[in-house]
Amino acid sequence: MSLLTSDTGCVLYDGIAPPLDRRVHVSAENASDDASPERRRAAWMAAAQAGDRIAYERVLAGSVVLIRNVARNRGVPMDALDDVVQETLLTVHRVRHTYDPARSYDAWLAAIAGRRAIDMLRSHGRRQRRETHDEFALDQLAGRDDASAASERAQEASRLRAAIAGLPPGQREAVEQMGLKERSLAEAAAETGRNTGALKVNLHRALKALRGRLHGDS
Amino acid sequence: MSSDPRHQVLIDALGAELTPVRRLPAPWLRTLGWLLVVAAIAAALLMHYGPAPMLRRWAGAPDLAWAAAGAVLTTVCAAWAAFALGVPGRSRAWAWLPLPGALLWIGASGFGCLRTWLAPGTSIANVHQSTDCLVFIVSFAIPLSALMIWLLRRACPLRPVLTAILVGLASAAASASLLEICHAYDAAATDLLTHALALGIVIGANAAMGGRLLSRH
Repeated sequence: MSLLTSDTGCVLYDGIAPPLDRRVHVSAENASDDASPERRRAAWMAAAQAGDRIAYERVLAGSVVLIRNVARNRGVPMDALDDVVQETLLTVHRVRHTYDPARSYDAWLAAIAGRRAIDMLRSHGRRQRRETHDEFALDQLAGRDDASAASERAQEASRLRAAIAGLPPGQREAVEQMGLKERSLAEAAAETGRNTGALKVNLHRALKALRGRLHGDS
Repeated sequence: MSSDPRHQVLIDALGAELTPVRRLPAPWLRTLGWLLVVAAIAAALLMHYGPAPMLRRWAGAPDLAWAAAGAVLTTVCAAWAAFALGVPGRSRAWAWLPLPGALLWIGASGFGCLRTWLAPGTSIANVHQSTDCLVFIVSFAIPLSALMIWLLRRACPLRPVLTAILVGLASAAASASLLEICHAYDAAATDLLTHALALGIVIGANAAMGGRLLSRH
């Protein structure tokens, strides 16, 4: 068991049951030379739980490769790997209080990444089942001006408007600016006075919430 | 730093939102907290009914005592397993923890049906009386399940349905253990079937509803 000391003064235990004489003191700020990458990540995450922003950004940046590896091993297509990374980082942020510094950070992260990868594969599968790939499908479609199609479009638009209206203010603003008004990230930031990072997170969360409300995706 | 600029933007944004968090207590500690509530209900029932009838039944038919011990063991192990599975990275093997207790509970209850003598101070429950047992188990299991699900929602159960099944098992076993304090009937096929039905209802309802409540992560 290694004894890790964060720069916020926390004393942390890493690993499961190595001998006591192998304990080493590693601060979250300087956890570099003596510690393995996994121990460093564990120390950084423990410090992040205490509010250390630098340690937090380090551990998240260091987690990206691990998340991609987990997602790839689960069979997530290459073009969807970054989506799994983003979803996993957001989940890590939400549940960071569940990490126990006495245990492996990598195992904790891999479990979350694995779950997000499965969610992505399921959502991908559902979308593929809903989509039609028949080359003659276009010919068989009802005309654009068909009354029932127009009514269906109106209903869908109404559902979408209602779903957007039900979003929290920050998320609604992000969708309105970048989704409906088609403004760029920089334009939206200038318009709303929010920073681009916050807008991007809000948009990401809003799209996820809308997917959930309209299609039942998690 | 992350090589992908898209991720770096998100990391910066999450870093800006960072606030200190209170760590989730260890699963055994959270299990203990939930069990204290069960113990408080047991104490209230014991104060009302007294321990004498229960001890007299156990002395006359030890298999009833073994079944009760199995139910209590199942309660503790299923609750611990549910809280452990609420933490990312814990092995799925935790789900097997309640198995020995459940086998003891089912085995001893089944053995009770084969006895030819009646436990003292009891009778064989008819269908109407068995329904009372079912109502008791389900009524106590609902608030106990709700409490555990509420506690688990602060955690991150990555296998929500499996966790909810364990919540149902723990709650139903706890209710069956509480029932033992005021259970005036001997083990019989009708009684065993009622308990099995109550267990099925509680676990099924938890799997259906608890799974959804726990899957927000």
